[in-house]
Amino acid sequence: MLGAALELTGYLPDEGLATAAYLALVMHRPLFLEGEAGVGKTALARALAEVTGRPLYRLQCYEGLEASQALYDWDFGRQLLHLRAAEAAGTGQRAEELEAGLYDRRFLLARPLLQALEDSPSVLLVDEVDRADDEFEAFLLEVLGDFTISIPELGTVRAQTPPLVVLTSNRTREVHDALKRRCLYHWLEHPDFDREVAILRRRLPEVTETLARQVARATATLRELDLLKPPGVAEAMDWAGALHALGARELDPDTAARTLGAVLKYREDTDRVRSLDPGALFGAR
Amino acid sequence: MPGDVVGTVLGFARTLRHAGVAASPDRVTAMLTALGHLDVLDPTAVYWAGRLTLCASPDDLDRYDAAFAAYFGGGAPRPRRSSGAEQPREVPAAPLTSGDGGADGGEPSDLATRAGGEEVLRHRDVAGLTPAERDQLRRLFARLRPAAPMRPSRRRSPSAHGAVDRGRTVRRALRHGGEVTRLAHHRARPRPRRVVLLIDVSGSMSPYADALLRVAHAAVRARPTSTEVFTIGTRLTRVTRELRLRDPDRALAASGAAIPDWSGGTRIGEVLKAFLDRWGQRGTARGAVVVVCSDGWERGGAQLLGDQMARLQRLAHAVVWVNPHKGRAGYQPRTAGIVAALPSVDHFVAGHSLAAFEELAEVVSRA
Repeated sequence: MLGAALELTGYLPDEGLATAAYLALVMHRPLFLEGEAGVGKTALARALAEVTGRPLYRLQCYEGLEASQALYDWDFGRQLLHLRAAEAAGTGQRAEELEAGLYDRRFLLARPLLQALEDSPSVLLVDEVDRADDEFEAFLLEVLGDFTISIPELGTVRAQTPPLVVLTSNRTREVHDALKRRCLYHWLEHPDFDREVAILRRRLPEVTETLARQVARATATLRELDLLKPPGVAEAMDWAGALHALGARELDPDTAARTLGAVLKYREDTDRVRSLDPGALFGAR
Repeated sequence: MPGDVVGTVLGFARTLRHAGVAASPDRVTAMLTALGHLDVLDPTAVYWAGRLTLCASPDDLDRYDAAFAAYFGGGAPRPRRSSGAEQPREVPAAPLTSGDGGADGGEPSDLATRAGGEEVLRHRDVAGLTPAERDQLRRLFARLRPAAPMRPSRRRSPSAHGAVDRGRTVRRALRHGGEVTRLAHHRARPRPRRVVLLIDVSGSMSPYADALLRVAHAAVRARPTSTEVFTIGTRLTRVTRELRLRDPDRALAASGAAIPDWSGGTRIGEVLKAFLDRWGQRGTARGAVVVVCSDGWERGGAQLLGDQMARLQRLAHAVVWVNPHKGRAGYQPRTAGIVAALPSVDHFVAGHSLAAFEELAEVVSRA
């Protein structure tokens, strides 16, 4: 099944996530992923693109994102050049012909959403949709509803096969219900201990089994500490990578203290962890 | 799809709705479609088919698990509970009449002071009002129109001055045969800045909580998408959704039903930390004007409150503290909570009368 195929790419989903991805694929419904930062929301879209062999188009959302950056834009500069060239050549075209020639596909700049529909079948990643403002959600709704984009001057672009859409959100604000209703909703959690070890081993084959297990255990302990930013899988991988780069084969309190910057991103968190007994936190067990 | 599967799913959706998850008909249809692609006899497949289609937020997940276990029997096959998820609320609502408690329990004379007039009423301390006066004041609250603070946004709109708008300039040129006759300009369009209200609903604030929630209602009604309201007491409750109801009395009744810790104790420091962990740091407090309405009576340590206020100030654009007692003559900030919080507060204002609330709205819009 899809879960097994995903594992081949190095992405290890749990059962819920594998089911969610499978349903998104067969039901042609966008998959709406929420969860803490660094649990692998964006990575899933990449893995899905790899598994299905489809190209990945990514739209990073930010405040003030407009249709001209998400859907399409006319290449004004080239249109102007075309006009001037026609004038200089004096081909004797009539004005209407010339004008019609201006709104040709070759003067259209396709942005991620249009690209994903034109290059079907594809995987479309709409990243951090909660960062875009609510005006943008409204027309995302239109595009994801029937997978078409209408361009007044050109006509309607329709995807032959609906793209596999992954939307991610960090919950900085609540995304509108109308958008969520059209999606499959999945809340991603931190992986359990065994899965995290497996992920570390798979992604960083050079890291020893002992180190991977120790890093996974220490990361799990850190998550229980009620920190400002509990470390995600991404941080655990950074940490294991950093330890390996220092030549460590095992996690001991001293190297752990030196590499803490790879897992903890707030001064308050670092102070807190340093004030605790490092032996109990990172000791070899 | 066999009829008994459809019947079972519809029954499950009904159970779910009773548990407080809004499983709308189109979501139920989606669940049936999902089941069509999976093994109907596998409990895990049924669990995920329902969870992926019927739930819409992390708050729904615990309720879904409970409903699943109750309806299908046995435990929900969900591997692990998230540690950060909220406990399901089972504490029923305290009635929303707490505003009448305390002070005027022994004051039945409500007609005597009727002639006070609006102007006098505007400056009266809310805590000392008779029921009739309070009724009259409620109508005045409806006239409150808080203006939102503004900030520049990334979106631009046409303007006579500012940077050159290349797209519009060229489009205009195309209309004139490619000749640039006039430059078009644009500039950043102002957008409302987010306002977050944190309202203390503990026992010591109960004479003012009703009035503060009415102020919050006016703010939410004025700017529904850029205003967030939470109540703080022994726990954090988001009441933005409830306050979006148009009618103030219904909105207050709905939020009263949502607040489990009405007139209880206060642990502002802890609850503020919960707010920052779950909402504030992710973005709700970032660049926002955060208004904390509390008297600063703190049962937890004042140290924690001080730390969290400092954290809040680093995230927020401005922090406003509203203390109803500040309106009293001869007030000195003495409670440990206030003393710890004040260094991280940008504006310290009173909040005891309608006039004070108008002033608060002014402070917020200029913050």
